[in-house]
Amino acid sequence: MRAVPYLLSLPALLLFAGVVVIPLAMTVVLTFHDWGQYKGIEPVFILKNWQEVFGDPYYAEMFGRTFRIALIVTVLTALLGAPEAYILNRMKSPWRGLFLLVILGPLLISVVARTLGWALLFGGNSGLVNKALMSVGLISAPIPFMFTETGMVVALVHVLMPYMVLAVWAALQRLDPQVENAAVALGAGPLTVLCRIVLPQAMPGILSGAVIVFALAASAFATPAIIGGRRLKVASTLAYDEFLNTLNWPLGAVVAVLLLLALVLIVVGANRLVERRYAQVFG
Amino acid sequence: MSRNGPVALVYHALFVTFMLAPIGVVCWVAFTPEGFLSFPTDRWSLRWFAAIARYPEFVSAFWRSLWLGALSSAIAVAVSVPAALAIARHRFPGREAFTALFMSPLMIPHIVLGIAFLRFFTQIGLGGTFTGLVLSHIVIVLPFALRLTLASAVGLDRAIEHAAVSLGASEWTVLKRITLPLVVPGLASGWALAFINSFDEVTMTVFIAAPGTETLPVRMFLYIQDNIDPLVTSVSACVIAVTVVALIAMDRAYGLERLLVGRGNHGGTHGR
Amino acid sequence: MAFLALDTLTKHFGSHVAVDRLTLKVEKGEFVSLLGPSGCGKTTTLQMIAGFVEPTSGGIRLEGRDLLAVKPAKRGLGIVFQSYALFPHMTVAENVSFGLEMQGVAAAERAKRVGETLDLVGLGAFAGRFPRQLSGGQQQRVALARALVIRPQILLLDEPLSNLDAKLREEMQIELRQIQRTVGTTTILVTHDQGEAMALSDRIVVMNHGRAEQIGPPHETYERPATPFVASFLGKTNLVSGATVRPERISFAAAGLAGTVRTRIFQGNHWLYQVDTADGLVTVIRQNTGEAMPGEGAAVRLAWRALPPQSSGEVSASSRTEGS
Repeated sequence: MRAVPYLLSLPALLLFAGVVVIPLAMTVVLTFHDWGQYKGIEPVFILKNWQEVFGDPYYAEMFGRTFRIALIVTVLTALLGAPEAYILNRMKSPWRGLFLLVILGPLLISVVARTLGWALLFGGNSGLVNKALMSVGLISAPIPFMFTETGMVVALVHVLMPYMVLAVWAALQRLDPQVENAAVALGAGPLTVLCRIVLPQAMPGILSGAVIVFALAASAFATPAIIGGRRLKVASTLAYDEFLNTLNWPLGAVVAVLLLLALVLIVVGANRLVERRYAQVFG
Repeated sequence: MSRNGPVALVYHALFVTFMLAPIGVVCWVAFTPEGFLSFPTDRWSLRWFAAIARYPEFVSAFWRSLWLGALSSAIAVAVSVPAALAIARHRFPGREAFTALFMSPLMIPHIVLGIAFLRFFTQIGLGGTFTGLVLSHIVIVLPFALRLTLASAVGLDRAIEHAAVSLGASEWTVLKRITLPLVVPGLASGWALAFINSFDEVTMTVFIAAPGTETLPVRMFLYIQDNIDPLVTSVSACVIAVTVVALIAMDRAYGLERLLVGRGNHGGTHGR
Repeated sequence: MAFLALDTLTKHFGSHVAVDRLTLKVEKGEFVSLLGPSGCGKTTTLQMIAGFVEPTSGGIRLEGRDLLAVKPAKRGLGIVFQSYALFPHMTVAENVSFGLEMQGVAAAERAKRVGETLDLVGLGAFAGRFPRQLSGGQQQRVALARALVIRPQILLLDEPLSNLDAKLREEMQIELRQIQRTVGTTTILVTHDQGEAMALSDRIVVMNHGRAEQIGPPHETYERPATPFVASFLGKTNLVSGATVRPERISFAAAGLAGTVRTRIFQGNHWLYQVDTADGLVTVIRQNTGEAMPGEGAAVRLAWRALPPQSSGEVSASSRTEGS
């Protein structure tokens, strides 16, 4: 009887042990192997790759860029996505369902196709976005989007926005609409209701959305690769280059393992913080 | 009568434009009659859709993606059903750890999984094979399958099965006539969500796919790396069309919100 | 020999004792309620009879046969679950027909019996509906029909009315009583509602902490509670001059315990009083007969007829009153 849950979990456990745990362990081991242009990978135990990544300021700059972009993308999705989730929540059906589909739907559309759309919109200095911004007088000279951090940020905000809207939407769903009415009945104005009643209750959703967006932005690959091209590298595109162009797998593995470690630390830490902060209210 | 003021509605319109613009622009450019990227205004053409047929690697990659998604999602659902039953119905040491492990592919960056699988499959002789693709895709879509099978297993009132037993049903009859019919909607949507995630996956697959085993997103990605021309926009437009149709079907069948937020309360009693 | 006999039935969950040496004999056609607060062991007892929980020790016999040796699917009991547990993917008729199918009853006979049973619970017109298209009360009737159609030896009701609103619950109580009288099935009801237990049952088993505190007919249990717990669980009580007195047994009289009316609440068919006395606050219920009654602040004198002195609380003492 006691073995039943273990037997039921066994297929999934075997699969994950074989196809997740072992490959990840092998990747960690790989970071300590040596590599040479002509000798290939040598299964020895050295710290050369770690020393190279920590010693060369190029890698510090690249990781700095990766997390800077991720942070800006996170803040922008929160600032833009949370109000939209609130507006959606106040809509009446069928509009609510329709626009939810329109905003969440892109989540399921190929990220390559979506990024291609931004590449077309940016399209050098005469792209549609620049034409539109100049025609409404927001800018006087075209902004370079392709192969810049600005372009990466805009495209990533678009790609990851559904996650933020979804998280805030889910939090707002749990909100009792009577509570807003109660605040109004006590004499609160619309702005007070928003700041004092709605926002605090939406905060767990915003924070959990932020954690997801940050993790996905820091490890995004296709969007930075297409918008950033071969020149502007982030952690994931650099690891890709080491693996499939330079063929220095051990060095690429160091970059990947570092990215994983940093993300696990940040995500677990943030989740702890969110849980501790909100456990008593929303437990 | 909307409860949103005019400012909110303007914001909403801009937001929706932002979300739809890149998708719309891809479909727009796909209809250009020119031999280069341009936005068709007065003349429209299907020449670039016809051109897809002349690039067999796109066509074969499409069928491979379809088959890969269907197969790996089906296996992922099959593996997650017993696991979901164990997690939903038993309290046992290691339960939280198992759940975290099975959900971990959501948290591990796909770039890291791609590297790990490349190394692993090369070592065991599965490098660049379809088998390797299937194994890796099962793992990355399993969290989606598990989330929805878990929701339907949790949402299932144990008393319903007890009721069937008390009326004389054997264990097999209960499974066949009661349990399975009640969880099938959850399983089907779990499969669909897993399928879409497999069908769209590019970051991990780009590491482990070889020229003979490229999936459609990988082929598109590699093509864009070299040059952006109207052909890739027409391929993208087709992918978008397929996804939109699937999306609407899933929304009708199960409710997109429930699918993505992951609340499973089907079969509930809505009295009065 | 009793129809259904529970013999020192005991269930431990780890160190927690859910049911403690429960002995009960139920006669054929009898309606017995297991009454008590949540966690008193009444539901666990029902689940042991149904076969979903295995007893730690003790026995259950049905017409002399050992019921524990029979698989749950073969016990032939009709159960109405608290959540109704209707099969959401089947119509009302399919739900009711399911048990007959399992018994291998022929289709024509099945249709006839399903129709009869749905008529019995007043749902003949709803055969083709799905459970979610029905109201709570209607779902409750389907659950009852589904349990009755297999002509069970015993009908087990697990808090069947607790999901209904007060008015509907009262209607269903009357109907349940009538249906049970019509078909004559031996019935065991689990409930935490003392009014429901008293209204429906031939006998009540008042349970607390896994033990039967008293077993007896409703009127007798109410009038002569064996323990303070039974007294307070079955209704309001006052402790005046060392005696336990029900509020409706106290009247305003010319002589007696002096007091002042602190609050007076009108409840339609009766008045509820709180009276300050030398013995403390006393609750008094007086029938509304249309006559003038003392108002708040009025000086009154209270007279009463006390309940008989409490026995030591031994179950064996009271279970002698049961005709075994």
